[in-house]
Amino acid sequence: MARAIINGIFALISLCMFLPFVLVITSSLSAEQSIIANGYQYIPEQWSTEGYATVFKSPAILLRAYGVTAFITVAGTALSLLLTAMTAYVLSRKDYKFGRLATFYVFFTMLFSGGLVPFYILMTQYLHLKDNILAIILPSLLNVFYVMIMRSYMLKIPFEMIESAKMDGAGEFRIFFRMVLPLSTPGLATLGLMISFNYWNEWFNALLFLENQSLAPLQLLLQRMIRNIEFLTSNSDFVSQFGMEVAIADLPKYNVRMAMAILAAGPMMFVFPFFQRYFVAGLTIGSLKG
Amino acid sequence: MNPVKTYGTERDVRPSAGKRRRWSRFKQDGELSLLFLPGFLYLLIFAYIPMAGIVVAFKNFKVNLGVFRSEWVGFANFEFLFTTELAYRIVRNTILYSLSYMTVTMACALALAILMSELSRRWLKVHQTVLFLPFFLSWVIVSYITDTMLDHQSGFLNSMLEWFGMEPRMWYFENDAWPLLLNLVNLWKGIGFQTLIFYAGMMGIDYTYYEAAKIDGASKLQMAMKITIPLLAPIISVLIILSVANMFRGDFGLHYFIPRDSGMVYATTDIIDTFVFRALRSMGDVAMAAAVGLFQSVVGLVMVVLANFVIRKVNEENSLW
Repeated sequence: MARAIINGIFALISLCMFLPFVLVITSSLSAEQSIIANGYQYIPEQWSTEGYATVFKSPAILLRAYGVTAFITVAGTALSLLLTAMTAYVLSRKDYKFGRLATFYVFFTMLFSGGLVPFYILMTQYLHLKDNILAIILPSLLNVFYVMIMRSYMLKIPFEMIESAKMDGAGEFRIFFRMVLPLSTPGLATLGLMISFNYWNEWFNALLFLENQSLAPLQLLLQRMIRNIEFLTSNSDFVSQFGMEVAIADLPKYNVRMAMAILAAGPMMFVFPFFQRYFVAGLTIGSLKG
Repeated sequence: MNPVKTYGTERDVRPSAGKRRRWSRFKQDGELSLLFLPGFLYLLIFAYIPMAGIVVAFKNFKVNLGVFRSEWVGFANFEFLFTTELAYRIVRNTILYSLSYMTVTMACALALAILMSELSRRWLKVHQTVLFLPFFLSWVIVSYITDTMLDHQSGFLNSMLEWFGMEPRMWYFENDAWPLLLNLVNLWKGIGFQTLIFYAGMMGIDYTYYEAAKIDGASKLQMAMKITIPLLAPIISVLIILSVANMFRGDFGLHYFIPRDSGMVYATTDIIDTFVFRALRSMGDVAMAAAVGLFQSVVGLVMVVLANFVIRKVNEENSLW
């Protein structure tokens, strides 16, 4: 009896979690007229694939954004993992002379930061990274929280192994690349997954630093799309004063917007269930220690 | 004695073993330093140099003059900020939202995690996946989803209201609904992750506690209150430290995308982060944005130290340092 109630509660909660997605999916498959007449509906009056057809008629923008996102995800994740692992490894070595100093140097950045403005000035005025793809890769290369996770993972590698490798004449680089990295594969996989999700979903630095349309990753493209529509529709009087009615008629329609959202989020949502168990495994390991 | 070491040639055979050892020690530290160098430089550029950049908060920053040649104005930026209503509003919003996100999500996640242990294995997988799914979406995508719900003309929520015979509402123009809306959206996106953290922690609890309690005739509720929650205390306290430390760092994405940055509802949606972003990007008031940012960082630092201090007083093992 109690079990049936609990199952019921979870069924209800899962439904609440899932239904918003369904609305986006059905809206992307609705005919434009039925959205205009009845609003977004779970069962639209008239189904249509027109939304997707419109997107695929001129796929250049979407493909470009996919390309940018794929590039920053792959390049960013690879670089970030290497940097994180190197830093974490040095911090995990208890016999390193400057170990305490280095640990403080890294972790202090978690406690205090200059804030957004100095960071923005540095990026634009001194590093000149405005409208540069590096502006979305560089800022999140090293996450101190991930260094912490990786370090505690590497601390579990028996120190005797490192010592015996040294006895055999291996240098630190060799030990790191040939022994520590391969031994850390599970940890690297979990972190790599998290980092790649972050890069795939990256919008903040793009919003700050990218003005050039052709560099926009998926998330920024979506953000701009919904932003422009909002401006034009909520200020329609203002816009029509300037004789811009044509522009409003040309706006992406409701179903096109939702189709874009599905196409942008889709790959992640299909990939996600396959990777979820690694996350769960990684989290379980992490929190058992804590 | 480690047997491997006795085979070592340098230690026993060579006469200058001490010197060699010192040299290898030196070489080792050098190589490790070289491995640390990229991380060192990265943090220097992206974390430490911006820390020095907070001087902007005390200057009348002009882009063409740069950080160093801009004129000093002392605390004028802060004075301006704190004499307006604005500072009160963004600080109040930031703190209240942080507190409510923390308590609501934590309470719901804890309850769900406890209930989850009653599910069969098959259903557990299904529900975990569904709960976790929104966590991996960006706020931009989530804003499309909330838009299908909240849009004035086509939103599902207004259709529902009309269906029940109520007046549709202009969600993006009305202040009073946003505390609830933002809490709901935040809960929807974040609950899966926290539930999972608690659930993972529960998996680590020794099963025999529950068996003993069962023999003593404890109810499920008693077991949850007397065994599960106390044993999860370390995880709960770490989560509390982290969220208290971040109390002054609101969720920019949530507060920027979900209310669509609508000026009409700033009174109940604007937080420090969205204000700083706007001051920097739209209003071009760099110095004031820097002043707010510095205020935020300093209070953040104080909060972490304070939170850690309190936790250490309560239970030394749960503190961060």
